[in-house]
Amino acid sequence: MAVHSERVQTQSPDPGKAAVAGVETSAPGGGSKGAAPKGTRSAGGPGLGSRLAPYLLLLPATVATLALLGWPLLKTVLLSFQNLNRRQLVLHLTEWTGFDNYKEQLTDPEFWAVTGRTVAFTAVNVVLIMIGGTLIGLLLNQLGKKMRLVLQISLLMAWAMPVVAATTVYTWLFDSQWGVVNWILDQLGWHSMADYNWLSNEYSTFFVIILLIVWMSVPFVAFNMYAGLTTIPKELYEAARMDGAGSVKIFTAVIFPNLKPFFLATTFLEVIWVFKAFTQVYAVNAGGPEKLTRTLPVHAFLEGSAGQHYGIGAAIAVLTILMLGVLMAYYFRIMIKQEDEL
Amino acid sequence: MRRSLFGRTWLNATAAVLAVFFIFPVYWMIATSFKQDQDIVSKTPVFLPLDVTFDHFGTAVDAPNFWTYVVNSVTVTVGAVLMSLVIATLASFAIARMKFRGRKAFVLVIMMAQMAPWEVMTIAVYIISRDNDMLNSLVPLTLFYMMMVLPFTIWTLRSFIAAVPKELEESAMVDGCTRAQAFVKVIFPLLAPGLMSTSLFGFITAWNEFPLVLILNKDEGKTLPLWLSSFKTAFGNDWGATMAASTMFAIPVLILFIFLQRKAVGGLTDGAVKG
Repeated sequence: MAVHSERVQTQSPDPGKAAVAGVETSAPGGGSKGAAPKGTRSAGGPGLGSRLAPYLLLLPATVATLALLGWPLLKTVLLSFQNLNRRQLVLHLTEWTGFDNYKEQLTDPEFWAVTGRTVAFTAVNVVLIMIGGTLIGLLLNQLGKKMRLVLQISLLMAWAMPVVAATTVYTWLFDSQWGVVNWILDQLGWHSMADYNWLSNEYSTFFVIILLIVWMSVPFVAFNMYAGLTTIPKELYEAARMDGAGSVKIFTAVIFPNLKPFFLATTFLEVIWVFKAFTQVYAVNAGGPEKLTRTLPVHAFLEGSAGQHYGIGAAIAVLTILMLGVLMAYYFRIMIKQEDEL
Repeated sequence: MRRSLFGRTWLNATAAVLAVFFIFPVYWMIATSFKQDQDIVSKTPVFLPLDVTFDHFGTAVDAPNFWTYVVNSVTVTVGAVLMSLVIATLASFAIARMKFRGRKAFVLVIMMAQMAPWEVMTIAVYIISRDNDMLNSLVPLTLFYMMMVLPFTIWTLRSFIAAVPKELEESAMVDGCTRAQAFVKVIFPLLAPGLMSTSLFGFITAWNEFPLVLILNKDEGKTLPLWLSSFKTAFGNDWGATMAASTMFAIPVLILFIFLQRKAVGGLTDGAVKG
């Protein structure tokens, strides 16, 4: 493992955590130093002023969070119990309807179709992102210095590309008449694809959206994976190799157990991000054709805002938030277990 | 580790294919924006544009309200980042350096707020903004973008503050500084790189935001992402101009990212390794 030689290896109690918490927050020494001060000896006596100080410092952040995040969340819930359409909005009417919006959605086959689609869409994306990111992370770890830099720069560009710009470029790459993808497929002998309209049916539209999301999400996982790999002491690989372990065995016996927290946390983060992805799905084809590529966030937006059924849209939003809440609860259980320095 | 020549070639070839896969869309965006029209709509794609033109950039810049949208985007982004920096510096100092009741709860709220489902809260934000007569205004955009980047900013600055050795602060206080003075004179100067990179990440988030501005603002209240997303329709498949617009929008972010790269990836890795 000559590639490791330029890095200083020290024992890291929990490399996976450091890598994930690190890249996610992108701070130096993230997760390395205990944040809580041992004592406040020098902070003056236990006067009222110094006891109040932390709360005063947190006040602006707390007020901002309550007003700008707490209130819209609460407002979403309130709206979901209202009959709020174009007429009520213009006339400033508040009509409470109890659970009607929810009853309507939960008995609507379209809502369940969209939900099932969103789950499947998320699963496909996350599986591809995690496998692709892990393999590329492993590859980065094996490459020579120059080739690694080339691949890193290339990954970095994909990662940095603004979502709306990336979406626009993908619609150009997949343009039916002049798109370079159709030209390549035609050259490869698949002549029926020469003028193929990718946005004409839901499967090929989803293909474009999934390729876009995987393309822009893999770099995060790959860099994290690579960062995590560099924290595994090389003695472990050597010992495994001495025992006659092959590559697959090394992955299952050395790499995976060491980076398990990383895999768990990253998988959940990706699930949450893909589940609520809006821009890519909306900007590629606005949920079309025939509403068939709508996922939950896009469905909430199109029913609520474009269709001007704000109450219905809010109910779909609340149901989506509840599903995300379940995912997040799992994520935080994992994080809290490993994040002793909270 | 010994590796055969065949094995190395194979690895490098895979890496080369992947490198092309990831960079190609970015390359194609930039290349298309410099191509002559006949090279864009040509039966055989021109992979290396030698006949370069700047006309497409002219078309994009001359598009109606382009400069208004630039000003909107810059105002909203800079306003959001500056506000969140001030609020976050205060809060992160408290959670990095002080011990108090409710600290864990606050940190937990911050971590959850980082994953707030803004994508589905847009309807509520729309109604709130409308009830306050603030549709098509930059004020709600700035405030909500500030909130979008605030949790991340607090969380990141917390690590930067925690990384400043406590002894520095303490020795300043032994020398007669108050705690506030110690912060301003000792910690704050050491935080400069942290503040810089944190604010650039905040800038990128706010610069790219799409769902909220989509529902809140129209016409002259648009920001660049919204303009870009409707560009193709407005220009009837003028791919040259569309790619020029995308390039202009993406270039600042791509450059910032190269600049931040060492902090985003390298700095981190170091942090993870050095322990």
